[in-house]
Amino acid sequence: MKKFMTIISLMLFSLLVLTACGQSPDKTTGEKTSQNSGAGAVEAKGVLLMSTTTSTQDTGLLDYLAPIFLKDTGWKLQWTAVGTGQALKMGQDGNVDIVLCHAKASEEAFVDKGYGVKRYPVMFNDFVVVGPAQPIAANKDIHTVFDQINSQQLPFISRGDDSGTDKAERAIWASLKIDPKTNANYMKSGQGMGDTLAMASEKKAYCFTDRGTWLKIKNDSTVKIDLDIICEGDALLKNQYGVIAVNPQKYPKVNNQAANDFINWICSDRVQKLIAQYGVDKYGQALFTPNAGTNS
Amino acid sequence: MDIINEAMRIFTDAGIGDAVRVTLAMALASVTISALLGIALGILLEQCHFPGKRILIRINHTLLGIPPVVVGLLVYLLLMRNGPLGAFALLFTIKGMVLAQIIIITPIITSMVYSYAFTTAPAVRAFAVTMGASKWQTQILTIKEMKYEIYFAIVTGFGRAISEVGSVMLVGGNIEGRTRTMTTAISMLKSQGIYTEGVTLGVLLLVFAFILQWAAESFQKRELENENY
Repeated sequence: MKKFMTIISLMLFSLLVLTACGQSPDKTTGEKTSQNSGAGAVEAKGVLLMSTTTSTQDTGLLDYLAPIFLKDTGWKLQWTAVGTGQALKMGQDGNVDIVLCHAKASEEAFVDKGYGVKRYPVMFNDFVVVGPAQPIAANKDIHTVFDQINSQQLPFISRGDDSGTDKAERAIWASLKIDPKTNANYMKSGQGMGDTLAMASEKKAYCFTDRGTWLKIKNDSTVKIDLDIICEGDALLKNQYGVIAVNPQKYPKVNNQAANDFINWICSDRVQKLIAQYGVDKYGQALFTPNAGTNS
Repeated sequence: MDIINEAMRIFTDAGIGDAVRVTLAMALASVTISALLGIALGILLEQCHFPGKRILIRINHTLLGIPPVVVGLLVYLLLMRNGPLGAFALLFTIKGMVLAQIIIITPIITSMVYSYAFTTAPAVRAFAVTMGASKWQTQILTIKEMKYEIYFAIVTGFGRAISEVGSVMLVGGNIEGRTRTMTTAISMLKSQGIYTEGVTLGVLLLVFAFILQWAAESFQKRELENENY
């Protein structure tokens, strides 16, 4: 067990600090982060800067789409993945050319206030509630599950960071007319979905997550995630993504041509089919369902 | 009045009051324990002579430069439910954060106390011996002689404790009202695109830093004055 080796050396290491006369080899750990960038030999036109939500990055969808976009149109897609709240804020400040996120009401307000040109639906995935197998039995009805969590005061970890997922979760509590704060074990992590899921697993708590991040974390985490899907398939759990070009009349410097190319490209039949295939080989199911051109 | 109301709203809405409370509780607990350990270790290290002492000092100096986020990761692995200390359920609690902070701060206090003891303690000991002091009296005299330097080390440790982000985020988990500190709150608010509350917290931290700096400086000043006699 590699983990145990780490932990044994770690204990020696802390002992060293706590005792006056101990000896142990020094140990350091390095960290590496790798960043993504599309590569291609097609005539490059420039950069399209996007602000998007963590889920499109964490699921690897953008890494999958960016090289194809570069090949097809010559624009190099660069993105910054943050919560929906900040993604829209970046568009509102004119710092990006295009916004891809999932909070329909906020997106429509963004367009209404003149910061965006028009909102186009792109695809959807769904939210699920995950948690320990006991004491709530898996159930299709989100109302029953949330009601039980609240009435039995079960631990629940919410993002609490105003992200698209957080907004969706709060909208569901509100539509069920339950105040989650009446549960003493309702906690807010203020962190990303992956961190929050790891925390829920550690605390044996329930958690509201998008399916894409859930599948990826469950599949890829080094430490076993001790949670299962408790609720899925309810109509309230649909998670719609939309794409909006930042208004060039408000911010003349934005790359509106590239933004429009991206919208036409991602809504095209061919790319919609690519989205429908994404993740099937790795996770056994598609992570997103394309629905451009619908009224979602 | 509006400004005061607005300030009060911000203070309660974002849980800033809680963040201040958590920060101070964590910093006080970790500095108290680190100071006890660090002072004892620093003085012992100066007095004991044993093989490997130089390596130990070198390791302590290395620990001064250890990235806090690495300490956070190691403590996280240690406290995980399936980890060696998982049974104590310390992950995502203030106690867990204090443990990480102790690992970061103790080497700082140890090395400050050690380096000062290294220059002053021999003379103090020689003096105590000529006065016929007992072993304990000598120890107490040594500590008394170094008290301003020890205050300074504690203040430095406290400054480190309130400004820590990385390890506290990992081990504490930034849970609102429980383990959310001022620094992790700032980092989270920034990621949400909310700057007002972040700046409020930042200003508060600056005020704390100023008070600490002022306290540290006045200790040093008194020390200088004492030396002039």
